[in-house]
Amino acid sequence: MDYHWNWGIFLEQVKAGEETYLHWLVTGLGWTLAVSLAAWLLALLLGITVGTLRTVPHKGLAVLGATWVELFRNIPLLVQMFLWFFVVPELLPPDWGLWVKQDMLAKEFVTAALCLGLFTSARVAEQVRAGVGSLARGQRDAALALGLTLPQAYRHVILPQALRIVIPPLTSEFMNVFKNSSIAFAIGVMELTFQARQMQEDSEQGIETYLAVTLLYFICAFAANRGMAWIEARSRVPGLIAKPG
Amino acid sequence: MGEFDFSVWGPSLPFIRDGLLFSLRLTLIAMTGGIVIGTLLALARLSPFKPLSLAAGAYVDTMRSIPLVLVILWFFLVIPFLTGKPVGAETSAIITFTAFEAAFYCEIMRSGIQSVPRGQVWAAQALGLTPAQAMLNVVLPQALRNMLPVLLTQSIVLFQDTSLVYAIGAKDLLKAADVVGKNYNRPVEMIVLSALIYFAICFSLSLAVRQLQKRVAIVR
Repeated sequence: MDYHWNWGIFLEQVKAGEETYLHWLVTGLGWTLAVSLAAWLLALLLGITVGTLRTVPHKGLAVLGATWVELFRNIPLLVQMFLWFFVVPELLPPDWGLWVKQDMLAKEFVTAALCLGLFTSARVAEQVRAGVGSLARGQRDAALALGLTLPQAYRHVILPQALRIVIPPLTSEFMNVFKNSSIAFAIGVMELTFQARQMQEDSEQGIETYLAVTLLYFICAFAANRGMAWIEARSRVPGLIAKPG
Repeated sequence: MGEFDFSVWGPSLPFIRDGLLFSLRLTLIAMTGGIVIGTLLALARLSPFKPLSLAAGAYVDTMRSIPLVLVILWFFLVIPFLTGKPVGAETSAIITFTAFEAAFYCEIMRSGIQSVPRGQVWAAQALGLTPAQAMLNVVLPQALRNMLPVLLTQSIVLFQDTSLVYAIGAKDLLKAADVVGKNYNRPVEMIVLSALIYFAICFSLSLAVRQLQKRVAIVR
């Protein structure tokens, strides 16, 4: 089959409108960044909370944490998107559900960020739990022996160390968030993958389109990686075995 | 819509079964092919021959940094150009998942191979095995056994990821639920059903893997 290359396609106008294809891609990048960053913020907040609670000696909290993690880990993200978008509004009280379906601003974006954030929080929670578990037991005992309460021991001794230890695995989770945000296309968020499909159909220049979008995802992943590396370097615990850079 | 009507689940079952069978078939083929190709990629990555290890590394890193949905779209677009004729969404999905998962299985096998103690290789050499025989008969069996739980966990992730063939319209479990939901005008109930099936399968498999993990650990 012949393929007609056209690298100028990005500056051409879309079939039904004034804007160029470049404009579509820039909009897509904006939504990808918005969904990913909002989801990551939510995932960090919830994930650190749930992960920490799973390490506390309390049966009820442990069961709750385990349920949280298993629920989000054993259903495909795409199905979770559909659950939040189509099923959850039906479970709300009727007038709330109606408001969500009809009046809520940017409901695709809010749903996608919420869903991706909760999904990622389960994975962050597992990393945080492993981080707390990797600390020497003496750290907690020493803190308690010094007269700190358990919350104080977590606040001043355990978490400051554990959270630094888990930065490398969290870096790959952060990069995963950008990749996973692509699934938001399925509920109509106009992010990069949505724009890629739309531009491919509209322009029939699939290869150029996908190359550009792939490059944009690469840049996102690279930026996420460098950002986390910067935080890692800034927050390194002196005296632990960690390679600089 | 308002109220739920789960009676749609009954008539949907034949469609759901066909969809589920495709999802499972896709998972098994991509898993088998992925582990074989992934092991070859791992050997290539560990090869002292630089061009080979660089090429394998570039392939693996590229696959791992692109969203799977985009990879699915890429293959669906490019395969017809390579073969000269259009292929169905199902065939395209099988090729895509095998190629994509190979990159992930590669990294697992690579760390598995690297976790085998060096003394094993020396002992094999001392016994007169050629490097290829040592790899095939001594190193790989141990690597595979060490990594079995991780390989299976990755395969559960793979099973969940097959739902993404939605992007090109292949008829998997989720698509079947989607179609029935539209035909009977009961999309909400069908999404719930598909979520329950995915959860039941993935949760019981991950419990099984956890049991296995306790049993296969090599006693040293």
